[in-house]
Parts: sequence; C-alpha cells; structure tokens
Amino acid sequence: MDLARDAKRSSRLNDQRVRGLFYQILLLVCIGALACGAVYNAAINMRARGIPMGFGFWNEVAGFEINLRLIEYSGLSTYGRAFWVGLLNTVLIGAISIPLATLLGFMIGVARLSPNWLLSRFALVYTTLLRNTPLLLLLLFWYNAVLKSLPGPRQSLSIGEVVFLNNRGVYLPMPVPRDQAVWFAGAIALAIAFAATFREWARRRQTRTGAQAPSTLIALALVIGLPTVVAAAAGAPFTFDIARLSGFNLTGGLQVIPEMAALVFGLVTFTAAFIAEIVRAGILAVPHGQSEAASALGLHRGLTMKLVVIPQAMRLITPPLTSQYLNIVKNSSLAVFIGYPDLVQIFAGTVLNQTQAAVQVMGITMAVYLVISLTVASALNFYNARYALKER
Amino acid sequence: MEFVAYVREASEPEDLPPPLSSGTLLWARANLFSSLGSSLTTVVLVALAAYLLPQLVAWATSHAVWTASDGAACRAHQDGACWAFVAAKWDYLRFGSYPLSERWRVDIVEAIGAVLIVWLLWTNAPRRALGALLFFVVYPIVALVLLHGSSSLGLPIVDTLLWGGIFVSLLTAVVGIVFSLPLGVLLALGRRSPLPVVSLASVLFIEFVRGVPFITILFMANNMLPLFVPETWTPDRLLRPLIGIVMFSAAYMAEEVRGGLQSLGKGQFEGAMALGLNYPRMMAFVILPQALTFVIPGIVNNFVGLFMDTTLVSVVGMTDFLEAMNNAIKDPVWSGPTIMVTGYVFAAIFYFSFCYGMGRYSAHVERILAKGRK
Repeated sequence: MDLARDAKRSSRLNDQRVRGLFYQILLLVCIGALACGAVYNAAINMRARGIPMGFGFWNEVAGFEINLRLIEYSGLSTYGRAFWVGLLNTVLIGAISIPLATLLGFMIGVARLSPNWLLSRFALVYTTLLRNTPLLLLLLFWYNAVLKSLPGPRQSLSIGEVVFLNNRGVYLPMPVPRDQAVWFAGAIALAIAFAATFREWARRRQTRTGAQAPSTLIALALVIGLPTVVAAAAGAPFTFDIARLSGFNLTGGLQVIPEMAALVFGLVTFTAAFIAEIVRAGILAVPHGQSEAASALGLHRGLTMKLVVIPQAMRLITPPLTSQYLNIVKNSSLAVFIGYPDLVQIFAGTVLNQTQAAVQVMGITMAVYLVISLTVASALNFYNARYALKER
Repeated sequence: MEFVAYVREASEPEDLPPPLSSGTLLWARANLFSSLGSSLTTVVLVALAAYLLPQLVAWATSHAVWTASDGAACRAHQDGACWAFVAAKWDYLRFGSYPLSERWRVDIVEAIGAVLIVWLLWTNAPRRALGALLFFVVYPIVALVLLHGSSSLGLPIVDTLLWGGIFVSLLTAVVGIVFSLPLGVLLALGRRSPLPVVSLASVLFIEFVRGVPFITILFMANNMLPLFVPETWTPDRLLRPLIGIVMFSAAYMAEEVRGGLQSLGKGQFEGAMALGLNYPRMMAFVILPQALTFVIPGIVNNFVGLFMDTTLVSVVGMTDFLEAMNNAIKDPVWSGPTIMVTGYVFAAIFYFSFCYGMGRYSAHVERILAKGRK
C-alpha cells in the first residue's frame, strides 16, 4: 500500500524516461532551429551576393586549364568535367602512394625490430623525425627547396642518361608496346595459370602425403622464365621512349610533374613512419610463446613468421593500417599548397572561386571524401567480423 | 705399497674469460655482427654515417653564415646554412606584422601561458585544479583582451589582419586544446548516451568530421560559415579557422575519451549509482576523473597532431609560423637556395622540438600511470 502511495506522490518530473524524452526533444529543437536559421540566412546572403543557388554551374564552361589530366579535358570543358579530372588525380595519388608507403613502412617497421642494433637505431631516428614534423613542411621542403631549385631543362641532371631531373619534373623512360607485346602478355598469363595449377597440385599432394614441393620457387621461375624465353624468341615486347632535349625543353618520356613527385614523396615518407610503428607494435604484440611453440613443432624461422606470427600480427595491424590509408587519401588534399591539381585544388579551390557556389561545391567535395571513408570503414568492419579472434 | 695422497693447497690462477664472452666485444658481436648479413648492414650503415654526418654538422656549424646584413654572404657560401637569415627575420617570425610598440603584450600572453602550462603538466605541482581553472577559463579571456586590445583599458586595438608568426601558431594550438577537450568530452558522453537522439547526433558529427580532410573543414569554416549567419554577425577572419580547428579536434578528442570510458569497468558506473549519485555527479566525480587520467597519453598525442595541423590554417589566409617563414623566404634581399633550405630546416627544428617534447611527456605520464595500475 505504502509503495503505491509513494509512486503516486513522486512527480512525473523524476521519471527517467520522461526526462530522457525531454532532453531529446530539446536537442532536436536546438538542432532544428540552428539548421533552419542557417538555411534562412544562407538563402538571404546568397541572394544578396548573387551566388547561384542550384547545381546549374555543373554544366557551365570552366575556362581554365589543368596541367595533369587522366581524361579528356580542355578549357572548353564543363565544371563537372573538371570535378572528374580532380577526383581522378586524387585517386591517382592514392593509388601510387599507398603501395609505396606500405612497402617502405613494413621495411622500416621490420628494421626497427632487427637484431642489428645500428639498423634498429636508424629506423628509430627515421620514425621519430618524420612523425614529429608537419607533413606540410615536408611537402614545401621537397617542392620549393629541392624540386623547384633543380636546374632548368638544358642543364638537366640525369641518371645514366635514362632518367632526367629538372625543375619541370622527373622524366622516366616510357615503355611503348610493339607488336610482340601480345605474345609477351600471353606468355605471362600462361605462366600465371601454370603456376597456380602447380601450386594447387602441390598443396593437394602435401595434404595427402605430407611431401612438400618448392612451389614458390617453381612458380617464380615460371612467371619470370616463360616471358623471358618468349621475349628472347620473338624480340623485345617494348621499346623505351627516353626523354631528350629539343629546343628549350625535354620531349618524350614519361614526365612526372614536380608537384606530383613532391606530393607522392612527402606522403610516402611521412605515412611510412606511422605504418612502421603500427607494424612494429603488431609484431611485438604476438606473444613470444607462439614462436617458441612453432619452433617446437619444427617450423624453421621463415615458416614461423609466415604461418604463425604474421597472420596473428595482421589482425592487429589491419585496422590502424586502413586508417593510415584513409589518412593518405585525406592528406593528399594538401596538394592545394603546392598546386597539384587534385579534387580540393581544382574543385574546392578554382571552381569555388569562379562560381562562388560555396555551399554546393563544399558539399560535393566533402561527400566524396565521406563516401570513400565510409566505404573503407564498412569494409574494415566486415574484415574485423570475419577475422576477429573467436573465443570459445 | 705406499699410498700417495695429493692435496692441493692453492688454487690454480684463474684464466681470463674468453674475449668474446663479456663486455663491449660480446655486445658488438651479438648486436652488430651476429651474422654475415648483419655485419654487412653494420659496415654499410657506419660508412653512410661517416660520410653524411660530418657534412651535415659542417653545414650547420663551421660552414654556416652566422651574421650578415643581407643575403649576399649566404649566396656566396653555398655549402653552409644561413643562420643570419633566421636572426634577421626572428622578430617577423615571432610576431608577424603585429605593431612594434605593442609586441610586449604578446610577450606577456606567452609568458603567462608558459607558466600555466608548466603548472598543468608538472604531475606533482600543488593545486593543479586551480591551474586548470586559470588555464581553461581565465587565461583565454585575458589573452584575448591583451592581444586584441580594449579601448576601456587603454590598449589600442590590433586588427587580426596584423597577427602572425609563432604566436599565431601557439594561439591556434592553445585555442584548439582549450575548447576541443570539453567539447570532445561532451561528444564522447553523447555518443555513449542511452538516449537515441543524443547518441545519433554525436555519432553523425564525429564520423562526419573524421571522414573529411582538415582542409575541407577549414574551407567550410571560411567560406560557408559567413553565409549561415546574419550579415552583421559575420565572424572575424581569424575566428573562422579557429572554429574549424575546434570542431575538427573535438571529434578526434571524443574518440580518445570514448576509449577511456569504455576501458572503465561496469562496476564503477554501478557503484556510483548505488551511492545515489545522479548522472552529472556520477560523471564529474567518479567516471570522468578515471577515464580522462587513463587517456592522458592519447590526448597529448592528439595535441601533437593538432599542433602539426595548425600549419594548414595558412590556406584560409592566416599567417602562422610556417606561412611567416614562407613569406620571409620570398624576401628578395634574402633569397637563395641555402637560405630557403635553412628556413625550412629551422621550421622543422621548431615543430620537432615541440612535438617531440609533448611525445616524451606523454610517454612519461604513461609510465607513471602504469606504475599505479600494477
């Protein structure tokens, strides 16, 4: 009886659910008011300043040139076309930088754990220096102080008269396929097919009889050997177009503009330092008992790493490694400081300034990065769910 | 038959240990020459160091130009640093275009800030709560009044257009730290809240900010913010990037704090509730003190990232230290390849010493915390 009376007496205001509902409604009202105010003000301000409201600018002529493009683009193309050029350039930087940074990062991370004291100190100095220097400073240094300070085309530095360096960029030899390239490509495909079949056969034989075969060696020999033999028989599949001086500039070859070289170099060296730390922590986190147990089973050092340590370390390495890959994509927006034509420089820079459509342009730019981030994040969640340690 | 017994009366002199069983040589064999590959690596690295280090040291010291009135001497010495350039531009690098007669105000703000930061970072300092109150509440107001000026106090107003150099870098970092930590704590609590609307709003904000590059946040703060407020409220051009920085940093801080909240046992929450504490008191007296202590190293590492990110504010027209250095390098009186390299190297030393120092501090705190948990 007493309890019921107490419940009646206590005010509704002390009910957790009522309060929760109240706070949530309050928050919704605040956010709604802010949003309405922003939209209202934006409408007034944009009309007052003559800023376009819709996405009509997308099909207008851009009228500016872009010095690096993977698809057809000229000054007569539309703003929409410029957006795609910028997006592809951002993707290009990511596609080049991510594998290179991974390679360098793993090398330094492993060097950090090397039994050689001097090597591990060198790796430590590298990671400490790079992790504590702003990326922008690295980019400006490589771009202004190194690449832009190189001599002009007529005094190009060269490496073996094949690779040229001057203040207009790095000139690499460009492979030009000849007719024989078809045979060469066929030989590679055939070799890969053979190698895969052989490995599968070796694996089955091992599960059946326990006998091992040097399948990696044989696969390598096939993939390298067969194309070489074909190339020797049918003639070289490629000729290399090497840059040469004509007039005041180098022509031919594969020109990497200095902006791109500096951006890739800066991103790779900077991110590799972070990847190295991730790799080191991942490998160290695998308990020593695991490698001891592996050697007790008779696995030698290489197999212990390959079959026992690395698979367990990868579970720890993958999530932070993925966020470093996202960082590379996001940090490539620093291109705007050195004039590499990426998405931010072209679209959020030049297009925004010309059209004044700040809201639409920034919205699209941010949406692109958000889509990339969320896609990678959900892929990572899938990976985690698949490979997470299953406790039984 | 006679029995011959032999009793040894003195011990044989001890042999010296084999040379490779102890001391430096053993260490060298184990750590530098343990295998053929290791030995080769050692030789190559020693050769590399012997080739590069003396050149580097000579470039920075004996071949460097220490005093000069313009860039001519530095252009003549291409093999050494041009520290004279840094000395000549030092005032500009520190204050930007802040009026000469008012620069003492910046000095005072920096001095107060330094004292307060030491107070907060020194783990055994007395009355750190008071220090925190001064740093997070009183100091920002004092700094704003001193730097911007106030006609009622007789301090001439200094337009933010003139602000620049190291003090703008420090200011940006301190504003980011002071405002992003409380905001980050709120967002982290919001994300873990049982109220669906609150947690959804926090998650959306955090994931949105973490998903886009910092530059786009700066662009947004600079170009879109003025459109979203009435014409008369348009924020100052220095304030806009600061708002962007606080938003950006708060999202990362929130994730750090969330880690701390998650690491606390359920018993802490249940214990606090059993004592009859309501939500704000439970958080303020039981949960947050533990959770925040737990993630101090992570928070400091976030500050390191924030400090490095302040270099990007020049994209929206702020003159931070790096931008001031860029401007100084473009001065035709001081132009030359070694001068440019010297400028960037000096900037690198500046950022490195701050970031490395903070990193060491966070490692130090981590060790103290680990001791407590044993």
